[in-house]
Amino acid sequence: MPDVFPPDTVRCDACPVLCYIKRGHAGACDRYANVEGQLVRVDPHILLDRAKSQGTPLVPFLEREGDWDGKIMKGQETFVTAIGAGTTYPDYKPAPFIVSSEVEGVDMVTVVTEGIFSYCGVKLKIDTDRHLGPERNLVRAQGEPVGHVTTAEYGSQMLSLGGVHHLTGGSKSEGRVTCETLLDLCNGKEVELTIDDGASVRVAAGKPPVVNGQQEERMRVGCGSATIGMFAKQWFGKVDDVVVVDDHITGVLSEHQAGKLLGVRETGIAIQGRRSTPGRYFQVAEPGTGWGGTNISDPLTILKPFKPKFAWPHLRLLMVSTTGEQFAYYELDETLRPVEKELPETLKESVGRIRENCEPALTTVLFMGGAGGSLRAGVTENPVKLTDSVKRKLTRVTCGGAPAYIWPGGGITFMVDVTRMPENAFGYVPTPALVAPIEFTLKKDDYAVLGGHVDYVRPLVDVLKEKERQRQLVSHAQNPWPLKPHAGSSES
Amino acid sequence: MREPAVIRMLPDGRRLHLHDGPIDLIIEASGTPQTISTAYEAAARRFVSILDELCSELPLLRNQAQKNSERPRGAVAQRMFAAVEPYCERCFITPMAAVAGAVAETILDSMLGVAPLDRAYVNDGGDIAIHLNENQSYKIGMVERPERPSLFGSLEISAADPVRGIATSGRRGRSFSLGIADAVTVLADSAATADAAATVIANAVNLPDHPGITRVPAREISPDSDLGDLLVTRGVELLSDSEIAAALDSGVRVAETLRAQGLIHSSALCLQGHTRVVSPLLARTFIALSQRSLLHA
Repeated sequence: MPDVFPPDTVRCDACPVLCYIKRGHAGACDRYANVEGQLVRVDPHILLDRAKSQGTPLVPFLEREGDWDGKIMKGQETFVTAIGAGTTYPDYKPAPFIVSSEVEGVDMVTVVTEGIFSYCGVKLKIDTDRHLGPERNLVRAQGEPVGHVTTAEYGSQMLSLGGVHHLTGGSKSEGRVTCETLLDLCNGKEVELTIDDGASVRVAAGKPPVVNGQQEERMRVGCGSATIGMFAKQWFGKVDDVVVVDDHITGVLSEHQAGKLLGVRETGIAIQGRRSTPGRYFQVAEPGTGWGGTNISDPLTILKPFKPKFAWPHLRLLMVSTTGEQFAYYELDETLRPVEKELPETLKESVGRIRENCEPALTTVLFMGGAGGSLRAGVTENPVKLTDSVKRKLTRVTCGGAPAYIWPGGGITFMVDVTRMPENAFGYVPTPALVAPIEFTLKKDDYAVLGGHVDYVRPLVDVLKEKERQRQLVSHAQNPWPLKPHAGSSES
Repeated sequence: MREPAVIRMLPDGRRLHLHDGPIDLIIEASGTPQTISTAYEAAARRFVSILDELCSELPLLRNQAQKNSERPRGAVAQRMFAAVEPYCERCFITPMAAVAGAVAETILDSMLGVAPLDRAYVNDGGDIAIHLNENQSYKIGMVERPERPSLFGSLEISAADPVRGIATSGRRGRSFSLGIADAVTVLADSAATADAAATVIANAVNLPDHPGITRVPAREISPDSDLGDLLVTRGVELLSDSEIAAALDSGVRVAETLRAQGLIHSSALCLQGHTRVVSPLLARTFIALSQRSLLHA
């Protein structure tokens, strides 16, 4: 390596080649260049334009025509995200962009930087009732441990992936694969995960999960027993008994607490499987792709013969799955054998309602990270003041313009729904660690008070002039506009 | 800030694009849909660590390769070293002269290791590793000036030919050249071998001490260039036909030697619109080229 460079040579850290780039030249990749002594990415920096109406998707924004007229009106509606902004990490120097704009008569400042998160991971919520694996068991990608099963929530299985122990605490390859898995999930790509002594799943943010090769379509309305509870009243008087077939808990109206309360007459119905409590049965069949997540295609196979002691001819029986996708209606003949009949109009509504209460099954990816260390130094000379300002809601934290949930307690630990961020907003460094965009927006007065780098604040119009390397997108319609002055920011 | 590698299908749905730092690969495999997807997956898996591997011994790879040099450890780096080793007593060369070809070859091997493909290529910025099963062939077009793409020649390589690597070097490419050739294309057994040879031949197309050629120490443009203080070509004024012939002659002499030594099969050398071809293989296949040569005659 050469020992002495001209003062305006920059070292590019966009890839491990770490090129020294002289002023006016590009690096080995031709994608990073030294412009006026600054490392400049030839790739675009993402700006968001405020969505004009609800439901506007993120679409590339047309290049502006002609020269900038200097009016701030247009600028008010543009938010400079940290995606593609670069970072000054690990130097103790101001963030790459500290942008001021006037919004609704208030001077706002947004500090924009790409953060390098060695403490980070994703929380996965997988909408399925299938058993993915025992709690605490390892979740693997490409055979490497990248996380573990945490728990089940209602209708969903929860996995925790990444975190500093997998990223840097294990083998080199564990760290690399973990980083890759997190990056792919955060950028909306599909990832295949296997769980020790459990299932294999293919998941992507905002898409239906695929469990053991089978795509989940809809969440069930509840377990079979819960379904009885929800619809007992709508069924009472219109049918003599109802069986809600479910791989977890199959429910029977006449035996169930809800039926008893209504005074549903005993039918003596007998179900295969293990009775848990009255009207609730486990393991009525094997798991499968049939009724209610079982392997049943003919629901009568789970019924034992009706007994004359309780049942009666013309007894009306509804069998339905927990998603309402499968249903059948029977009446008993003189010998007490069920005969399938067309579903009466009076029952159609309840079956339809089960269906309509089943939401699409999705995978949710929340990125979680801690903005500590020198990232805060890019915002203020006194980093703890930033933490304090975030806690007091004087400073709003967004990731690529998407709202971040800040955990109570110490530090700036946040979570963000990656589907509300622009595409490919995440990067990585070989540490390994993830690179995520983060923006801090606050009133200009508050920024000065917390010791911000006020000398580095640039008006939005100046930033917009650098349009060669900018790409404009329309903001996600469901995100609150990141620049809107917040109620809590009147005092500091 | 480290940028993530790009792994994506091109909009045509057939070709795979892999990009990481300075490495940019276009890959196309032919076979059954299943073998293609298996091959692409293997290519992507191999690809993601390749730049880190190379960079872990970058200083060594940027050093002049000599008989007694320390050998690199990485698999790709070893291919690079092996490809430049035959030249290390003849001229200044570093393993970096074969980096693109070695990467292309490595990725192609990773694909063939898991999937039986009819044919496939990995194009690393013009340095191409190819695979051909029986009775398969590729038609290849050649461009001398990347900023003004127009074919100056085309050739067909079939399974029966010994060629599995194609590389082009010259002062118009992304790397520096010590010579003045616009483009030197080489066909060889493998992409890394072709890459190293194209560099050496392109360096030899030269007119030493010609006042119309601007040369600058590589380090002045790129401080960490493997070429250090060697003078690299930055500009060539219009040359007379005899000057062009003299420069091409010196390149052709080197190419003939390499062919005699079995290092290359064929080569085409371009300078200011004039093209010379070394080898029976190219002479047989360069149909478009021969027509154009007539125009220049």
